[in-house]
Amino acid sequence: MKIKVLRDILGANEQIARKNRELLEKNKVFAVNIMASPGAGKTSLVLQTIKALRDKVKVGVIEGDISSSIDAQTVGKEGVPVVQINTGGECHLDANMIQNALNNLPLKEIDLLLIENVGNLVCPAEFNLGEHRKVLVASVPEGDDKPHKYPLMFTTVDAVVLNKTDLLPYVKFNTDAFTKAVKGINAKVAIFPVSCTTGNGIPAWSKWLKAQMRPARNK
Amino acid sequence: MHELAITQSMFDIVLKQAERSKAKKVTKINLVIGEMTGVVSDCIQFYMDFLSKGTVAEGVAVSVISVPPTAKCLTCSKAFTVKELEWTCPHCGGASLEITGGKELFVESIEVD
Ligand SMILES: Nc1nc2c(ncn2[C@@H]2O[C@H](COP(=O)(O)OP(=O)(O)OP(=O)(O)O)[C@@H](O)[C@H]2O)c(=O)[nH]1
Ligand SMILES: [Mg+2]
Ligand SMILES: [Zn+2]
Repeated sequence: MKIKVLRDILGANEQIARKNRELLEKNKVFAVNIMASPGAGKTSLVLQTIKALRDKVKVGVIEGDISSSIDAQTVGKEGVPVVQINTGGECHLDANMIQNALNNLPLKEIDLLLIENVGNLVCPAEFNLGEHRKVLVASVPEGDDKPHKYPLMFTTVDAVVLNKTDLLPYVKFNTDAFTKAVKGINAKVAIFPVSCTTGNGIPAWSKWLKAQMRPARNK
Repeated sequence: MHELAITQSMFDIVLKQAERSKAKKVTKINLVIGEMTGVVSDCIQFYMDFLSKGTVAEGVAVSVISVPPTAKCLTCSKAFTVKELEWTCPHCGGASLEITGGKELFVESIEVD
């Protein structure tokens, strides 16, 4: 006998993500899920964003990693609340892990929550966390063909931060081709070329981020 | 890859449905998986064999209907299937697309005794 089921395989994750979203809204926290391949510059962007916005908003961080806590220690030095999630081998953060992390953060003292996902361009794209915005960090040395190779990731995000633009003189990377490819499969996306090393482009990125937060704030 | 997490969620759905239908045995699971998800179906069968041991779904066969990415061209409005990650319109060469399929990930049906 055949029984129709028609159920979304990640439905359980979606339910928890919705609860996370409610908890975030209740505490007027704006959450951003930052995804990228390993070493693209997620932690560097978190640090730059804290520096750019700390006078204006209170920042908190969730650091996702398969096993280490190096990134959490680095970010912790900035004096902002940080929670480390070790996924224990899982290649992505899921809503359940975020639920636990939220219980360990002083949400009342946070306006902007930056979530560094596990370094991976495939799996994190599938799992909603309850975040308000999804951001992808792509970096120049990875090449300009990534949008077409990882279309799910590139179509899921609200913004793409193109990092390591200080390396453009040394690496074969066609910024126009990259931008065209990203916009082609995700017309609404915002693209920010930056260098976390020199700080170039960070003001435009942080200005956009702050503007996104507006509806969720007013503590 | 996240096939273990996917298989675990899928398994929970299947067991619940089997219980609701008072099934003695689940013989087949029919999944619909969009190619853009990057989920590898062989891995799902592998994890399923492992998770289902000692349950009503032990030995179940996992069958996957794979959905290729499809898009609608925003220039000429024609719909097409995206082949080999070639993200331009085969009709007019336009590069602005709306993706219409290929992200699916659901349990379509189960077959039970
Ligand atoms: N040249 C250059 N190097 C950068 C830039 N941003 C980051 N890096 C370097 O790239 C390396 C990785 O940066 P991280 O910020 O740790 O990258 P990540 O994505 O957090 O890495 P994982 O968490 O390990 O996946 C470090 O050596 C950084 O110094 C940049 O704008 N330009
Ligand atoms: Mg990092
Ligand atoms: Zn066309």
